[in-house]
Amino acid sequence: MWDRNQMAARAAMELEDGMYVNLGIGIPTLVSNYIPEGISVTLQSENGMLGMGPFPFEGEEDPDLINAGKQTITELPQTAYFDSATSFGMIRGGKIAMAILGAMEVAENGDLANWMIPGKLVKGMGGAMDLVSGVGRVVVVMDHTNKHGDSKVLKECTLPLTGKGVVNRIITNLGVLDVVPGGLEIIECATGVSEEEIRSATIAKIVN
Amino acid sequence: MQKVYNTAEEALDGLLFDGMFIAAGGFGLCGIPELLLEAIKNAGTKDLTFASNNAGVDDFGIGILLQSRQVKKMISSYVGENAEFMRQYLAGELELEFNPQGTLAERMRAAGCGIPGFYTKTGVGTVIADGKEHKNFNGETYILEESLFADLSIVKAWKADETGNLIFRKTARNFNPPAAMCGKVCVVEVEEIVPTGSLDPDLIHLPGIYVHKIIQGKHEKRIEQRTTRAAA
Repeated sequence: MWDRNQMAARAAMELEDGMYVNLGIGIPTLVSNYIPEGISVTLQSENGMLGMGPFPFEGEEDPDLINAGKQTITELPQTAYFDSATSFGMIRGGKIAMAILGAMEVAENGDLANWMIPGKLVKGMGGAMDLVSGVGRVVVVMDHTNKHGDSKVLKECTLPLTGKGVVNRIITNLGVLDVVPGGLEIIECATGVSEEEIRSATIAKIVN
Repeated sequence: MQKVYNTAEEALDGLLFDGMFIAAGGFGLCGIPELLLEAIKNAGTKDLTFASNNAGVDDFGIGILLQSRQVKKMISSYVGENAEFMRQYLAGELELEFNPQGTLAERMRAAGCGIPGFYTKTGVGTVIADGKEHKNFNGETYILEESLFADLSIVKAWKADETGNLIFRKTARNFNPPAAMCGKVCVVEVEEIVPTGSLDPDLIHLPGIYVHKIIQGKHEKRIEQRTTRAAA
């Protein structure tokens, strides 16, 4: 089974040289620690920045320089800034090659739910709906089951959707699955995990 | 025409009325028009509708207008950092319209460009699409989103010249340009007003045609999440 960092490292293998990528909050943020040698990617922060750098050293925090999670960050030599309309123009316009983000539920048809649990405090979707419907490829990184042991990989999402039929690949602590016609395909098993274990933790239809 | 005013109160004089619709720039607490929000609080204008990506925190940004019960409705994409907001919303005292962040930005930008609505794939198949016109383009479904025409825009920039040409700084630009564009009147607060002619015309982020009144002031610029890395 993979831990958070191993899931992030596996997700980093999705990156290709020259890609413009948007990383979500949580495990996806860790992906930037595992960008493979020889691969150069540009990270987009949807509040208006391409070329996001690491956290600043103490004392060098700038209130005018934050990421979409409102954390202080730094710029890089190739950094460019722009306004929110331009930022989501490049997202909606398909210029961002890939988004890697977390999820509460994914369904076998690629439906994604990650913004709202009815009856609980609703914080809002932020830029998630724009990202999943706009970028070239959506990779979800999440635990295969919730804390009660229930599968998060479902036939149909039970929570309100963030996007319909938007997910391309799911990376979980148990392995890697692709959304393909008719259901999900197991691409890879995590270390020490069998296909059988993935099947038994998955409610969605697995087609291979 | 004189655009420079001495204080936020003077710049807003005659522009505020109960029930008005205000578009505000800023993302989180970054690049928010903190001086103008304070002045609106002091003016006591009520039943305000705000289009703003976030709602500030309890004691800063739009949060101060929530505490004083001056806000009737928020149009936002994310309101997670504000306990008073949640309290008022769950008690039914505050209306909330969630917009996907890019849809919110484009509703402002489009209004400023004279475009009353636009089609987008964002939100198709979700609750956001409920009740909206669906249309097929090249085999894909889009929904109609209507633009946001505000009574007043309040924004924060880094520098302005005396004609209102604006320069923003780093990610504090965010929603400020689209928010500035969508109002009938736009009031801008900056850290520095410089003499006309001292900004490079090729490097203006928002031309002064969108800006009607300017004030200079001292900004707190609060940091919401201070994250650092260990020294090498």
